Amino acid sequence: MYPAAFDYLAPTSKEEALDILAERGSEVKVLAGGQSLIPMMKLRLAQPGTLVDINGVPGLNAIDTPNGYLRIQALARHNDIVRSDVVAAENALIASTAPWVADPLVRNRGTLCGSVAHHDPEGDWASVMLALDATVVAESRDGGEREIPIQDFLVDIFTTSLQPTELLTEVRVDRYTRGGGNYQKLERKVGDYATVGVATHLELDDGGSIAKAGIALTSVYSQNLKVTAAEELLVGKQPSTELFAQAAQVAKDACDPTSDVRGSAAFKRDVVRVYTERSLAASLAGAQG
Amino acid sequence: MEITVNINGTDYAADVAPRMLLVDFIRTEAGLTGTHIGCDTTSCGVCTVLVDDTPMKTCTMFAVQANGKSLTTVEGLKENGQLSPIQEAFKEEHGLQCGFCTPAMMLVGKAFIEENPNPSDDEVRWAISGNLCRCTGYVNIVKAIQTAGATVAAGSSQEAS
Repeated sequence: MYPAAFDYLAPTSKEEALDILAERGSEVKVLAGGQSLIPMMKLRLAQPGTLVDINGVPGLNAIDTPNGYLRIQALARHNDIVRSDVVAAENALIASTAPWVADPLVRNRGTLCGSVAHHDPEGDWASVMLALDATVVAESRDGGEREIPIQDFLVDIFTTSLQPTELLTEVRVDRYTRGGGNYQKLERKVGDYATVGVATHLELDDGGSIAKAGIALTSVYSQNLKVTAAEELLVGKQPSTELFAQAAQVAKDACDPTSDVRGSAAFKRDVVRVYTERSLAASLAGAQG
Repeated sequence: MEITVNINGTDYAADVAPRMLLVDFIRTEAGLTGTHIGCDTTSCGVCTVLVDDTPMKTCTMFAVQANGKSLTTVEGLKENGQLSPIQEAFKEEHGLQCGFCTPAMMLVGKAFIEENPNPSDDEVRWAISGNLCRCTGYVNIVKAIQTAGATVAAGSSQEAS
């Protein structure tokens, strides 16, 4: 299968990339890992007139904590995240998710930022970013840097608030001192979309009560679903099995899965409940550990 | 677009359309047909080659993206005209039946045992989980990669002593 013809540009600096975006705008697609974009182009679901390959742009592959937040830049591959000591030390939810994204070969090439920008409703990373209240950073030549809360960034399936002239350069996640996180994913086989995915993140205060909670679901709604009602239920309370069961029930009620080859809607709803309980228990163990 | 790709130590230069897939460059421009096309949808992994030593699916890269890179395909596995440890192990352990997935399996296995020369069954199965085999049931592929790991580890400890 071959994509429709396109112009290929491979800038060697961020400025050059932003110039191309400013001049060509909506006909451009940015190519990072390409593990979703290239298959979509081959199926001709995407037919960009210009492909801007940013793989040769230096200074876009950091995974670090420069200004009090964890930063993952546009060219950090899934397997860079799997292997990152910074991620292992800083963010349990991201560390727990990375090995479950796609398959080992796709992980060598695909990127977290690309996955978020693509916003496939069945992608894992958008749920993780929702649970963590991440900030997406976009840059453009004429607008400079723009910080976008993840909930404003993810508009609808395959649609984000990223402007045609903007490049998604990094995501930022707050650091925490006493917290934990966990991703639970049911998949039929490696590389398949999640049948159900549940991302949770918990932070505790000095008294052991829940200071911050994040819960988001993959593949069980028209897009990645942040379950705000379940998060609000948890905050300010002492963690307990009963409390987590209540939150899991809220998540089960909030989702709206479809019946398909991966399972019936009723089955998926119940997996949401069970996985939310498990994921919260694992997050708590991490936060208390 | 004029590109030059180094494959197994030889430079291949060609003027290609940007939409040419890397796997087609390898097969038609370089004439190296040991790299196969299977699903063509980023699922089966038979088109895997090492791009600067990292296994990647070449049906999901454009040839222009490999400009200036060094690739290793199955034709580049042999060492000094002899079978390399990973090839020898696939032969000894009967790690193939029809052979269609074998070039990719060996390349993934080679990259993996360089990181982890003494892997468990589960670790090997995890490492090859992006590669489909429809014949073997994977048992002998797992064995072959473990055997090759042991050979490589023994060789490097001999060099060290």
